[in-house]
Amino acid sequence: MSVYERAPEPGRIDGRQLSIRLGQGREAFEAVQALDFAVEPGEFVCILGPSGCGKSTLLGALAGHLRPAGGSLLVDNAPVAGPSPERGMVFQHHTLLPWRSVLDNVAFGLKMQGIGKAERRRQAAEMLRLVGLQDFATRWPNQLSGGMQQRAEIARVLINRPRLLLMDEPFGALDAQTRSRMQELLLDIWTRIRTTVVFVTHDIDEALFLADRILVMSPRPGRFIEDLRLDFPRPRNASLLTSPGFVHLKRHCLELLRHEEGRELPRLTPLGLPTTEHPPLRIAL
Amino acid sequence: MNSLYRWPLRLASLAACLLFWQLAATARLDLGLLTFTYVPTPSAVLDAAWQLLHSSQLLAHLGSSLGRVFAGYLSAAVIGVLLGLAIGRSKWAEDSLLPPLEVLRPIPAVAWIPLAILMFPSSELSMVFITFTGALFPILLNTIHGVEGVDPRLIASARSLGAGRLAILREVILPGAAPSIVTGLAIGMGTSWFCLVTAEMISGQFGIGYYTWESYTIQNYPNIVVGMLLIGLLGMASSGLVKRLGGLATPWYRSGAQR
Repeated sequence: MSVYERAPEPGRIDGRQLSIRLGQGREAFEAVQALDFAVEPGEFVCILGPSGCGKSTLLGALAGHLRPAGGSLLVDNAPVAGPSPERGMVFQHHTLLPWRSVLDNVAFGLKMQGIGKAERRRQAAEMLRLVGLQDFATRWPNQLSGGMQQRAEIARVLINRPRLLLMDEPFGALDAQTRSRMQELLLDIWTRIRTTVVFVTHDIDEALFLADRILVMSPRPGRFIEDLRLDFPRPRNASLLTSPGFVHLKRHCLELLRHEEGRELPRLTPLGLPTTEHPPLRIAL
Repeated sequence: MNSLYRWPLRLASLAACLLFWQLAATARLDLGLLTFTYVPTPSAVLDAAWQLLHSSQLLAHLGSSLGRVFAGYLSAAVIGVLLGLAIGRSKWAEDSLLPPLEVLRPIPAVAWIPLAILMFPSSELSMVFITFTGALFPILLNTIHGVEGVDPRLIASARSLGAGRLAILREVILPGAAPSIVTGLAIGMGTSWFCLVTAEMISGQFGIGYYTWESYTIQNYPNIVVGMLLIGLLGMASSGLVKRLGGLATPWYRSGAQR
């Protein structure tokens, strides 16, 4: 059976008066405040906003790494309680296990389900073909380029047939050329494996190119200030970027984000506040 | 093989040290603060080594020392890694286990001798215990350091892929801490040998440490140096072996340009 045929049931998201607090004691603040939103099954939603606005925090809560402080967050009418393979997460920098080959990294989710080695490797190889990495199956992750690492990461998440695909600026660290190729690849994969996608980015072009719908977020506390529906036809390609409709919407988004300029906020991560602390130094003798 | 051209210098350095030793010892060099008057010459040491090599005792000395070091080292490796994993993973384990261990850590092996004799039924076990104390702390602390250094994003993403607590320990924490554990095991091998002479001060018969200490008490100075060099060589060889095995166990750590 082909990997494409066992299509997942796309998930539905409902957030009601959702608030998430980060930090402790006097330093605590509401990263997102009283969000009301819904995402339909199979929708490709981009959350667009400046750095530190809380969009990654919302993603972390959807993945189950952060707990809401108030309100409710439902996926398919069940509250999110902890991480699950049904809600796959792709980070800005890959999280492939450095001690596993690319193939075994992709097969990791199946291993956790207790599927035998031969079968999980067969499925992983097929998944690697889907993202164009079939020739790199035996490599270590750190032998791949940044773009290839993200492709392997996406394959590893999709092999679990997630209802939600959560992506935290997954192409943000790539060069412009690679980024636009990855965007087209992602849309291509999405036509074959339909799932609900929540894609966080601060890049207006990227959001407009990818999404069915854009939720624009403003920072501290994070809340949605615009809900844009895009009806550019699919399949989309690079020529869309210069079309009048695209440029018009881009100007609109720029306006929305403009009054946030001048407020430099530290980047938040789906795991909460960024950890600048190094682990304590141990005298090793 | 670009390290090939570095060997001449390395060997020349060793030869220069030997030459200095030979000259200083034959001339009975006296620098005031430091004197070579009673230091045996390398040729005297070589003679003593030759005699030991041809005596029936060498194997008995080597055998008992290797047995003690490896028994102490292996138990330190098992206990150090297990405790390190627990302490690195759990704040509760850290608060309850680490303070007493930190108190015990600075106590030198010599200070353990009386208690070791009192606490263990045989002198053999007391000696193993002393080599154990030498190896335990580097292994323990490097394991804790390695566990705490595992990228929390790797753990989060493994949880998102369906890994439970045990799977995270096996698939993420243990391999993530492995390079650090290997470092601890290699250092621990060396420190375990350091403690050998101390441990074998208890011994009545065999062991390289015993041989060294015995030579001092009967003022047979060349034999002391033979014993010292034997311990150095065996320590170096076994640390090298641990590093080599560790390298084989962590193949991803060497390949690839960037991390």
